[in-house]
Amino acid sequence: MSYIIDRRLNGKNKSMVNRQRFLRRYRSHIKEAVADAVNRRSITDMDRGEQISIPTKNTHEPRISHGSGGKQTRVYPGNKQFDTGDELEKPQQGGGGQGSGQASNQGEGEEDFSFYITKDEFLNYIFDDLALPNMVKKSLAQTKNFKTRRAGFVSEGTPNNLSVVKSMRNAHARRIGMGAGKRRKLKELQAQLADAEAAGNASLISELQESIADIERRLKLIPFLDDIDLRYRNQVKVPTPTSKAVMFCLMDVSGSMTQDVKDIAKRFYLLLYLFLEKNYEHIEIVFIRHHTSAKEVDEQEFFYSRETGGTIVSSALKLMHQIVTERYNQGDWNIYAAQASDGDNWDDDSPLCSKILTEELLPLVQYFSYIEITPNQHQALWEAYQTVRSSYKKQFAMAQIRGPEDIFPVFRELFAKEQYEEAV
Amino acid sequence: MSQYISTDSDWTFELLQEYDQEIARVAAHYGLDTYPNQIEVISAEQMMDAYSSVGMPIGYNHWSYGKQFLATQKGYQRGQMGLAYEIVINSNPCIAYLMEENTLPMQALVIAHACYGHNSFFKNNYLFRTWTDAGSIIDYLVFAKNYVRKCEERYGQDEVEQVLDACHALQNFGVDRYRRPKPISAAEERMRQEEREEIRQQQLNDLWRTLPVKKKDQAPKRRRQFPSEPQENLLYFIEKNAPLLEPWQRELVRIVRKISQYFYPQRQTQVMNEGWATFWHYTLLNHLYDEGKVNEGFMMEFLTSHTNVVYQPGFDSPYFSGINPYALGFNMFRDIKRICENPTDEDREWFPDIAGKDWLETLHFAMRDFKDESFIQQYLSPNLMREFHLFSIYDDDEKDHYRVTAIHNEQGYRKLRETLARQYDLSVREPNIQVTYVDVEGDRSITLKHTQQNSMPLSQDTYEVLKHLHTLWGFDVHLESWDGDKMLSRMSCPSVSVDL
Repeated sequence: MSYIIDRRLNGKNKSMVNRQRFLRRYRSHIKEAVADAVNRRSITDMDRGEQISIPTKNTHEPRISHGSGGKQTRVYPGNKQFDTGDELEKPQQGGGGQGSGQASNQGEGEEDFSFYITKDEFLNYIFDDLALPNMVKKSLAQTKNFKTRRAGFVSEGTPNNLSVVKSMRNAHARRIGMGAGKRRKLKELQAQLADAEAAGNASLISELQESIADIERRLKLIPFLDDIDLRYRNQVKVPTPTSKAVMFCLMDVSGSMTQDVKDIAKRFYLLLYLFLEKNYEHIEIVFIRHHTSAKEVDEQEFFYSRETGGTIVSSALKLMHQIVTERYNQGDWNIYAAQASDGDNWDDDSPLCSKILTEELLPLVQYFSYIEITPNQHQALWEAYQTVRSSYKKQFAMAQIRGPEDIFPVFRELFAKEQYEEAV
Repeated sequence: MSQYISTDSDWTFELLQEYDQEIARVAAHYGLDTYPNQIEVISAEQMMDAYSSVGMPIGYNHWSYGKQFLATQKGYQRGQMGLAYEIVINSNPCIAYLMEENTLPMQALVIAHACYGHNSFFKNNYLFRTWTDAGSIIDYLVFAKNYVRKCEERYGQDEVEQVLDACHALQNFGVDRYRRPKPISAAEERMRQEEREEIRQQQLNDLWRTLPVKKKDQAPKRRRQFPSEPQENLLYFIEKNAPLLEPWQRELVRIVRKISQYFYPQRQTQVMNEGWATFWHYTLLNHLYDEGKVNEGFMMEFLTSHTNVVYQPGFDSPYFSGINPYALGFNMFRDIKRICENPTDEDREWFPDIAGKDWLETLHFAMRDFKDESFIQQYLSPNLMREFHLFSIYDDDEKDHYRVTAIHNEQGYRKLRETLARQYDLSVREPNIQVTYVDVEGDRSITLKHTQQNSMPLSQDTYEVLKHLHTLWGFDVHLESWDGDKMLSRMSCPSVSVDL
């Protein structure tokens, strides 16, 4: 007797645990491969998984078996022209033995063991060891934001929450309930009255008419709407996590910024964006570009339009402050800013920049990072910012990027876990 | 008028049931004795899961299965490799997996192949009867999985992984070749495991007694020989005698050893097992065709798969990867049937016992009482050697030439047959390694002896395996390679190897 069972609806991910074990064991290899991929790939296409290759010697499970060599006789099928006693030339070393299954197996074995990790796993490895600075502040545990939510109806409340429909329905029910006995009595009396009129009994008629009038008066006394009918919509306050972040991208677009430098900046911004995306539900980006004056622009213009002329960094900071106060009320929003520049600034402007930062912007933002993309010596702006850093270690970070290969290390440095922990 | 079971290629559960009944009827007609079948229809993803747990429905968690899963997944998703049509498990009831993607003729083939072919082999072959206990294996696997999980909770994943890694490296040396273990049920196993642990904790292992022994003045001190005889089951030896292992670690060693033992018969009966199953799916479905139960379309599809399965590429073909066990096994069983039914003079000379006898009885006898090695030695006929164009090559690593030592002719038949049989002998295929000495009173080091055959050296990763052995044993490990009376090399862990 056979039983046929449909198992297709059973879980199909029975191997998930084992897969995770494997990933865990080869964590260091995978992280290396991911770091490589980040530097190699265009960042716009971070949103997919990656093929990971691990040298087979690392994933190999050793077993004791016979090695190659020695003296052995083996049987093969498909003889065409050989006769007993024939001698065959051995193939050159490395070519794999003729007819020797073992040699070709080993040949395959030298390839890397490769497999795919998913997009999420990929991003997880990128952000491994990183944590958003000061994020705990706005984390679930210490949330200060509330959302009001409906929670049924109650009998006490303020007039603006009065539910007319519910109240009227209650009143209607109450009126029916309170008047039921009287109306029944009324009907009886009216029936008696009709009988009396038919019989022509004048005294009974007037008596009945009096009673009817009395009951009708009392029916009218039932209030149309009473205090006890009123129902109010109930609203309760529910704490909500802050899951919104706004990311300000500030960039110098003056003549000295070449497209290469802008590309580096772009990759940094995108990395930051991806990073925030992992931690917040909703993210807005504000692009502010500046030369001698600042302007809020869209992404295309931000990265790809060219300007000439000098540089006044403070103009961008001022504009950012203005936008924050107008649109991003600080309670709801986690504000991050990343500024990229080649270090050029009009000399007199740098002290102003540090003043705006310390007095106006830093109290508002979660984190402000400044990257200077230049292979050259630092200028006045860097020094001005260094004073800011010394007094605002928690919220302000700065670093220099010389070329594309620095992006990821610097990014990691700016958002490194230790630094974050120090900040907390 | 049509009495076909079906003419469509899509399967339904009703049709599967019907085919199963028909095949069961025909199988009974041929005297196939089977465990009850439990046929499970699964998806391709589930098949990949089954693959990576060596076909077992349940297994403890380990990264190596994850590795296997990733490899299977990659191969399958890129179309480099198809999945097997079925997996069948030696259990009672016999569990067989069918993939939902299969067409109806394929499902019928798989049912005939796995549920009646393999199943009857599992139930009747002497190796399986002696070495495995189909009734309790699933329970044991559940026990093993839970036990490993409990250990991970108590001692940490890394600790457990280390022990399992080490055991896996040695699992081919965790088999009793000559002694039959007593079958026990899972409940009993659990109880006994607790008991074992308790006793081990209470008792001190006398082997490691450090109390001074009373001096015997006159007798010159002789080194105590332990073990008294060489031991070939390394995992068993470690489980019982490793000085430093915790009770739970010993239990893990035992689990790997038990599972390894369970697979031991399968490793020795590849050709026979597959050949038997293939012979029967071929015979059973042809029988149904002769009865008019299935149509030509069904048979065409079935034969396409069948011929693919039993194709044997020649040694010089790019597809060659050794002798195909399906091809060899299938043709051998068919050849036995031929010898019984239509013997030639040559057959009468070579197989006087079976020529002209009842083929069914002969076939069942061959299936029951042999393993690959002895089966080939007994039944490989000159006719089949000619059909396969077999020849043997002598390869001496000290010479520049291969030498053809035998081909499919009168002088070569016996030699070919013997050589091929030896190729399937596990004790030849695997190096001979035994525990010969433990320095009980000295540094507690363990010495293994490798007896070299045909001057075949050990593989490159031997030292890696010694490292694993060292983690289990806890003290120095030595491996000596001997050729007769001559020691060729000695490898020690931890330390360097010495070539003599």
